[in-house]
Amino acid sequence: MNGMADLMIVPVVLPLLAGAGMLLLNGERHRNIMAAVNVAATLALVCIAIVLLRMSDASQTGITQVYRLGNWPAPFGIVFVLDRLSALMLLLTSILALAAVVFSLARWHRAGAHFHPLFQFLLMGLNGAFLTGDLFNLFVFFELLLAASYGLLLHGSGLARVKAGLHYVVVNLAASLLFLIGVSLIYGVAGTLNMADLAARIPNIAAENRGLLEAGAGILAMAFLLKAGMWPLCFWLPMAYAAATPPVASIFAIMTKVGVYVMLRLSLLLFGHGAGASAGFGSNWLLLGGLSTIVFGSLGTLASQDTARLGGFSVLVSSGTVLAAIGMEQVGVTGGALYYLVSSTLGIGAFFLLVELIERGREPGADMIAVSRETYGDDEDEGEEDVGTAIVATMGLLGLAFVGCALVIAGLPPLSGFIAKFALLTAALHPSEMRPGGADSAGGWALLVVLILSGFSTLIAMMRAGIRSFWASPDRTVPRVRVIEMAPVMFLLIICAAQTVQAGPVMRFMQATAQSLHAPDDYIRDVLETSGQNTRKAGGL
Amino acid sequence: MELVLAIGIGALAGSGVWLILRPRTFQVIVGLSLLSYAVNLFIVAMGRLRTGAPVLDAPAIAEVSRYADPLPHALVLTAIVISFATTALFLVVLLASRGLAGTDHVDGQEPGS
Repeated sequence: MNGMADLMIVPVVLPLLAGAGMLLLNGERHRNIMAAVNVAATLALVCIAIVLLRMSDASQTGITQVYRLGNWPAPFGIVFVLDRLSALMLLLTSILALAAVVFSLARWHRAGAHFHPLFQFLLMGLNGAFLTGDLFNLFVFFELLLAASYGLLLHGSGLARVKAGLHYVVVNLAASLLFLIGVSLIYGVAGTLNMADLAARIPNIAAENRGLLEAGAGILAMAFLLKAGMWPLCFWLPMAYAAATPPVASIFAIMTKVGVYVMLRLSLLLFGHGAGASAGFGSNWLLLGGLSTIVFGSLGTLASQDTARLGGFSVLVSSGTVLAAIGMEQVGVTGGALYYLVSSTLGIGAFFLLVELIERGREPGADMIAVSRETYGDDEDEGEEDVGTAIVATMGLLGLAFVGCALVIAGLPPLSGFIAKFALLTAALHPSEMRPGGADSAGGWALLVVLILSGFSTLIAMMRAGIRSFWASPDRTVPRVRVIEMAPVMFLLIICAAQTVQAGPVMRFMQATAQSLHAPDDYIRDVLETSGQNTRKAGGL
Repeated sequence: MELVLAIGIGALAGSGVWLILRPRTFQVIVGLSLLSYAVNLFIVAMGRLRTGAPVLDAPAIAEVSRYADPLPHALVLTAIVISFATTALFLVVLLASRGLAGTDHVDGQEPGS
């Protein structure tokens, strides 16, 4: 069992080693080696994530795997915690990363130095943020992934990216400072930063300190909601995502979900039913904020002129939906929201990749900067294999992929987006258990109306974009699309389709995840108790 | 002591916020630095304040509750390192923006141009 317990540290250590190793190589000359290492490491991460997912699902009682760095017991040392939710997020990250990195091999990784190391460091930050069980460690991993994302956003350079990057960096630096204020307020009141220990202590916080604790939690939530892109903290997001290179934008689709993940974990762990007087803190705000994010995102999709911005606003709709669902605080809704989170993230990731392939045909090289146009020329000289030399096949394949993305993002049958929304709304309208505070399904009805309207407006926007790029431009040239660029898009869409076909087992897993999130006692016990397994392992180093 | 520290943190944070909202990138970076000083002081203050306490007091050496809480210092050290690194990174972006856009306005263009 020891070997298996050590496996959960690998998603953090492997990208660190791979990224650091790549830094030793000269960026320009060894690009092929770096690309190979990057793909191999990402592929290994996918396999490890699958093993971890099976491991976490196999334990019947929802027992969480705990890894203690340095083997210090939980409230004193830093712990990594693996449960169903973190395993799910690890798998989602690695799948999206695999698609993005394979796509980048066609041309984008040549648009600037250090794409591959930064990519691995971003994965390290993401995986660490999903695994950690300590608030301050979460801050460290957040900074890691942000530092890598600054570099990746600027990858390819150009004025548009630097402008968007400037705003992105300032907004995130300010958010990090809010994060620190929140963390230190919580530490000042509760005296611990371990999430499980914190959850155990919150019911016993003295009444006069409770306001301070909730203020700290609220400030902390600001930092996460800014990453998740909740209205009104989201104005930076569409511009940054539209300016980023396609593979980067695709992996950024998971970055908003880090904020969503932390909200999901912390609001249910710290302010769930067992939190005494603080139970349900902020859930109404989450619901309201989520709903207004969906509305803002839907209006944005209707208003956006170019397709990449459309993708950026879809990201907002997606995270708004999950945030509103978290605010409902019901097991069924959370399960549906998890299903929705996976499907919409994959769909949006595929969409960002696809946008570039479609736009390429419209005005060849018009919106590309000099560096990438140079590589564009290189591609043609290499004369590598094109997918479908016939016009019909390329356009047909692109069109099919576009329809697939549109169905997933807008939530229409037959793909997974529909099932996700259906599950979410069914649970929201038939509350099996009411939350302790205001017990009514008004929130459910509001969610229903807003979700359906947003699906409709997304559909209109998608249709308009599709007609514009596939039917209504007579002077278009057929884009030169290579297999290596088309395959990742198809890969992501096939996973969405598989999620549809296997909806039963997937939904069972999501519901089990939601169950254990809503009953965090097991989590708290597993982290705090000195379980024999790990103690025997002498010296975690 | 509390009052002095609170006023100090407040002044730093206030000037920082004001500077962040200014239109020039250099003002923004100075504002971010001031804000991070304020936050660092705030973290240290969360370890509780005490004046005139001896470092080691002969009868109280064994008494753990007499010692300062070391965790906020570890936190603040990490926070300093990270905010220093990200500020340096922001400086690079700032210079790139100045070079590419030809202006130091945060939007990359002068208002009205």
